[in-house]
Amino acid sequence: MENAKGKVHKFGDNVDTDVIIPARYLNSSDPAELATHCMEDIDADFTKKVSAGDIMVATKNFGCGSSREHAPIAIKASGISCVIAETFARIFYRNAINIGLPIIECLEAAAAINEGDEVEVDFDSGKIYDITTGSEYQGQAFPPFMQELIDAGGLVNRINKNA
Amino acid sequence: MGMTMTQKILAAHAGLDHVEAGQLIEADLDMVLGNDITSPVAIHEIDKMKVDGVFDKDKIALVMDHFVPNKDIKSAEHVKEVREFACENCISHFYDVGQMGIEHALLPEKGLVVAGDVVIGADSHTCTYGALGAFSTGVGSTDMAAGMATGKAWFKVPQAIKINVTGKPAKYVSGKDVILHIIGEIGVDGALYQSMEFTGDGIANLSMDDRFTIANMAIEAGAKNGIFPVDDKAIDYMKSHGTREYKVYEADADAEYASELTVDLSTLKPTVSFPHLPENTHTVDEIDEIKIDQVVIGSCTNGRISDLAVAAEIMKGKKVADGIRVIIIPATQQIYLDAMEAGYLRTFVEAGAIVSTPTCGPCLGGYMGILAHGERCVSTTNRNFVGRMGDVTSEIYLASPAVAAASALTGFISDPERI
Repeated sequence: MENAKGKVHKFGDNVDTDVIIPARYLNSSDPAELATHCMEDIDADFTKKVSAGDIMVATKNFGCGSSREHAPIAIKASGISCVIAETFARIFYRNAINIGLPIIECLEAAAAINEGDEVEVDFDSGKIYDITTGSEYQGQAFPPFMQELIDAGGLVNRINKNA
Repeated sequence: MGMTMTQKILAAHAGLDHVEAGQLIEADLDMVLGNDITSPVAIHEIDKMKVDGVFDKDKIALVMDHFVPNKDIKSAEHVKEVREFACENCISHFYDVGQMGIEHALLPEKGLVVAGDVVIGADSHTCTYGALGAFSTGVGSTDMAAGMATGKAWFKVPQAIKINVTGKPAKYVSGKDVILHIIGEIGVDGALYQSMEFTGDGIANLSMDDRFTIANMAIEAGAKNGIFPVDDKAIDYMKSHGTREYKVYEADADAEYASELTVDLSTLKPTVSFPHLPENTHTVDEIDEIKIDQVVIGSCTNGRISDLAVAAEIMKGKKVADGIRVIIIPATQQIYLDAMEAGYLRTFVEAGAIVSTPTCGPCLGGYMGILAHGERCVSTTNRNFVGRMGDVTSEIYLASPAVAAASALTGFISDPERI
């Protein structure tokens, strides 16, 4: 799996899926359209600031609330290459893996990395490098079962492989 | 080492004698659920799979409840897509306008989930069915698609928090107050990745509607599921709502729990969660005068008949305070009929409230009660996140139907005991 590398957009605790993609936009399931409203209710300028490859960093319980898969879909379609958090809410965690949005849990990185830092994530080793500050963190690697899901390219491809 | 109730159900559905917390398993599914927001995404995913139709047309429920009756053209297109999918695949449990209700009130009412089941639903409040002694949990649309195609889902076996329930609640203390109190104690990620397993002699003092409300909001503490033991009340409920055979699982005496918590129902007071997280709880007696603009009584959390009954009792013969909009939403067609026969609907309309057809609409800021800049709402729903019901500056106060009804009459957050 290729490394993610980009500029950091930093968020706090309990970022819920309602602020990631408000329900008023759930009358669409088109990733590109959803991306135009990504994070709108927590940072109205997010879609103007984000560039392809950028990285999202948040503290605890990222993605809590509604099970809407539109949330990781919107984040992925906005160009974000990886989400680093102290912890993820469990449905968001499943959904991100299932749709192929790379996510990684790391308490230290989530706390220390700042808005605007340049960060690189090595998914094979789980290492997170803050290029701006020169710091290095060890993220939690995926269990083998989830690694297999990610390597297969998500749940749909895994099912097709076994079909 | 023994197993928790959740672990036993998962083991049985994975064909294993024993499972342990942290173990990854693949379990057979008894029911796969989706609604009009999550099902279209699942249908797009199932179209990409090399599968021939669905695994079992009788074990899939598609409930059009979020933006139904359709609020706009795009929503109408989504429901049309699901309707066509249901028709092509001969889905037995497709519920459209006229039959539909809010999914988590509807499925137990129709007898589609029973004790011992493993249920996934592409809606986070799928955990509601734990009230019946089923393992049920929310997933996303891709998991729903895989579930519809294969009849299986992967799970990481959870640890559990044991919640000992004791005592008897006061008149206006309901299941909503119990779960808000618990979330206030442990926080919105207090049960992250874990089961909430309820036990204790106080459960006998909770109605099935109370238990549905409590299990429904387990997700608001981050839990994978919430689950209740199967007692006579649960058995009576299942027998009067369906014919499916149920299976009773009990936690082993030596099951291991990550933590334990005791809730003495006799000490609880009506509880309100302040913006913008369900964990920001205050008991109603300690709240200063907070002026409100709107009241919503309904949702998968509190749109059942006993919720409407207590609201009607408080509002009977009285008038909604000037300038307050009160929206009451029976969760299913049956609840609507029951409320009509009991005279509750007349009470609400005469008081100056409106009564809507079943819909999730206002709870998630879809339609039917969107809040403007700076407005405040007392709502019996389940989330008070930023912008959840409308403008990002609006505020949601989560409460029981009794507190909501009392607040509707006064125009500020009120203790039902003082009405």
